[in-house]
Amino acid sequence: MPTKIEKDAVTGTMTTGHEWDGIRELNTPLPKWWLWVFYACIAWSLGYFVLYPTLPGVGGWLGWSQRAELADRMAAERARVQPMLDRIRTTAVADIPRSGDLHGFAIAGGRAAFADNCAPCHGAGAAGAKGGFPSLVDDEWIWGGDLDAIGRTIAFGVRSAHADTRQSQMPRFGLDGMLTPAQISDTAEYVLTLSGRAAVPAAAERGRTIFADQCVACHGEAGRGNLELGAPSLADRIWLYGGDKASIERSIASARGGVMPAWSGRLDEATIRMLTLYVHSLGGGR
Amino acid sequence: MSPALHTPRPAPPAEPGAGRGDAVVSVAAQRAEEPLYAHRIKVYPKSVSGRFRQIKWALLGLFLAIYYLVPWLRWDRGPGAPDQAVLIDLPGRRAYFLWIEIWPQEVYYLTGLLVLAALALFLATSLLGRVWCGYACPQTVWTDLYMLVERLVEGDRNARMRLDKMPWSVAKLARKAAKHAIWLGIALATGGAWILYFVDAPRTIGPILQGAADPGIYFFIGLFTVTTYLLAGWAREQVCTYMCPWPRFQSAMLDEHSVIVTYQAWRGEPRGKHKQGTGWEGRGDCIDCTQCVAVCPTGIDIRDGQQLECIGCGLCVDACDGVMDKVGRPPRLITWDTLANQEAKAAGRTQPIRWLRPRILIYLVMIGLVGAVMVAALAMRPTVELSILRDRSPLWIPLADGGLRNAYTIKILNKTWNRQDYRLAIEGLPAARLAVSGADDEQLVVSAQPDAVATYRVFVTVPAGATLPESTPITLAATHLASGEVARHGSVFLAPRP
Ligand code: SF4
Ligand code: SF4
Repeated sequence: MPTKIEKDAVTGTMTTGHEWDGIRELNTPLPKWWLWVFYACIAWSLGYFVLYPTLPGVGGWLGWSQRAELADRMAAERARVQPMLDRIRTTAVADIPRSGDLHGFAIAGGRAAFADNCAPCHGAGAAGAKGGFPSLVDDEWIWGGDLDAIGRTIAFGVRSAHADTRQSQMPRFGLDGMLTPAQISDTAEYVLTLSGRAAVPAAAERGRTIFADQCVACHGEAGRGNLELGAPSLADRIWLYGGDKASIERSIASARGGVMPAWSGRLDEATIRMLTLYVHSLGGGR
Repeated sequence: MSPALHTPRPAPPAEPGAGRGDAVVSVAAQRAEEPLYAHRIKVYPKSVSGRFRQIKWALLGLFLAIYYLVPWLRWDRGPGAPDQAVLIDLPGRRAYFLWIEIWPQEVYYLTGLLVLAALALFLATSLLGRVWCGYACPQTVWTDLYMLVERLVEGDRNARMRLDKMPWSVAKLARKAAKHAIWLGIALATGGAWILYFVDAPRTIGPILQGAADPGIYFFIGLFTVTTYLLAGWAREQVCTYMCPWPRFQSAMLDEHSVIVTYQAWRGEPRGKHKQGTGWEGRGDCIDCTQCVAVCPTGIDIRDGQQLECIGCGLCVDACDGVMDKVGRPPRLITWDTLANQEAKAAGRTQPIRWLRPRILIYLVMIGLVGAVMVAALAMRPTVELSILRDRSPLWIPLADGGLRNAYTIKILNKTWNRQDYRLAIEGLPAARLAVSGADDEQLVVSAQPDAVATYRVFVTVPAGATLPESTPITLAATHLASGEVARHGSVFLAPRP
């Protein structure tokens, strides 16, 4: 409720003319320059409005954009790391772990490339996934876990379209009528004993003969597998498609054959090498 | 605020000008007539000499010397480390102060320093009012320096007022230009010196002067040049009155026992012109010469009592002492005193200063405590630290033989200036085996570069057959081989539900 602007008796200061419940406000004038700073800020914001992109779909006069700036910075960053990438391409992969800064760079680059390309199947932490996506952090390998083998698998893929692909095919013992369901059950029973699990002894005994006839050629006498042929070990705790009896019966009956693309055409040589070193460093590398 | 502090500001005389002649009118009295937005009333402080002016000159010299010289002090930290005694290395993420070096995560030392500074400011204000504002604040120091330049170029108060009223002429332009040029020079030197706290001074000063330094350096020099010029040349007392938060809450630190600049109204009133040769009976000592207002850098009248604008510089004390000397009255009509003593004196008693008051003791104890904590923290600052990031994906890794593995990323902070070796060990899980990724070293010795963080991936493996709870607390330890100093960090070993 505006009242009369008058001089306050106690302080000798003018009032603002504002009164609330009998309390009047003394006028403590704001300096004019403060007001001008406020107007200057408004003017500044107008300039900003015009120079930089403000309204959707309308670029600013300066033509600046966040996307272009990102592209610039990415290009600058790529140019900056190019010498490192060249060194990675020209150094033998086996020598990189011993070369300090280059190894750190390769691991960091491999981690980034893994997240971009490999994580969808193998998982962000490379733990793999049920249904044929192997873990890369454990100590079990299907096609080999030394630097050379990992590098080949990444470059050429598994059952991929590449000429040098990792290639193996297990027979479909059930679908193609090579074994009867009873024989498959017996074989699975025997396979369970390879990893030390309790089974029905008589069935396992029958399965042993079938295993010797049909499976040993690839999986080996004791079922330890064969890295050359991509035949997984049946004698340990790691099962790509499940290790219970039903899963093993299914594997025997219809066979399995996961596919991994070849990366040699899609990723450059340095990136494949960095990926190789990264995967090797995850804990299972030989 | 205690009631004693609330000295009502006397209303300006009913007929302005009556009995004042060409008297100096305080800014507050002029502003009281303004509308909601007030024009700035330019203050033309008059030069003054006396005890407090001398103290201010001495401190000004001291503070400027410290400011300009500190970046040039050297401190040998051995090879590879900067040898600047005080340096904040932002790109390198290190701060150096003599023998102390802090990493970014140790910024709490800086926090502690700021807490100490705040407490010291509270203590000083409780004891002596706004001595910080009047004597030590950079705003005051640089404004004083700028006013000195102004006085040398344009003359004292009256000459400057005349110059400002004059129409523009070549002579006026020349004086103004000279003043602003010197001001800008000082501002440039101020901004330039500020940069030297963030770079190696001797090695950077050459490129800066040749125009070959980093553009970022010139940006900051420019920024501090402009702010110095604006704040010390143009804004001056407006900073203290309108921008600085400190005057707004300093009254919480003041009480009636704080020694502050105060006009002894009981002695000065009733004020009035005094004719030479007439007596002093029946009147106060104040001859209403308004010298105290003329010298005040914030343009206020200390005779109006305690005011927000007063920075406690004591220049009005000097001015009035000179006047009292001339008219043959005892000095210190305006003086440093407590309001309690002033009240007592008005009643014909005295009240000795109470230095030891609860608030003083509380501030002292707090300063002691914070100081002790900081000294202890500095003395016990480790030269090695270990931190652990546990892998979250996967939480655990089943191995072919039925064993179980957890993976961790460890970071070893080597805060020394040499490459150091550390032996890693795991505690809390006797069956577990520790391994470092990529190393087949059974000794588990890892190293870290000088003044750097080393990152390693480590694996903890528990063999098949061990039954573990879902989570087992473990500790990793890194033992510094040379000194035996151990850094530990806790984590957990996770296993699937049994
Ligand atoms: S300088 Fe001293 S005598 Fe002169 S007006 Fe101020 S208080 Fe009064
Ligand atoms: S009133 Fe006196 S002490 Fe306060 S700012 Fe002015 S000159 Fe300084």
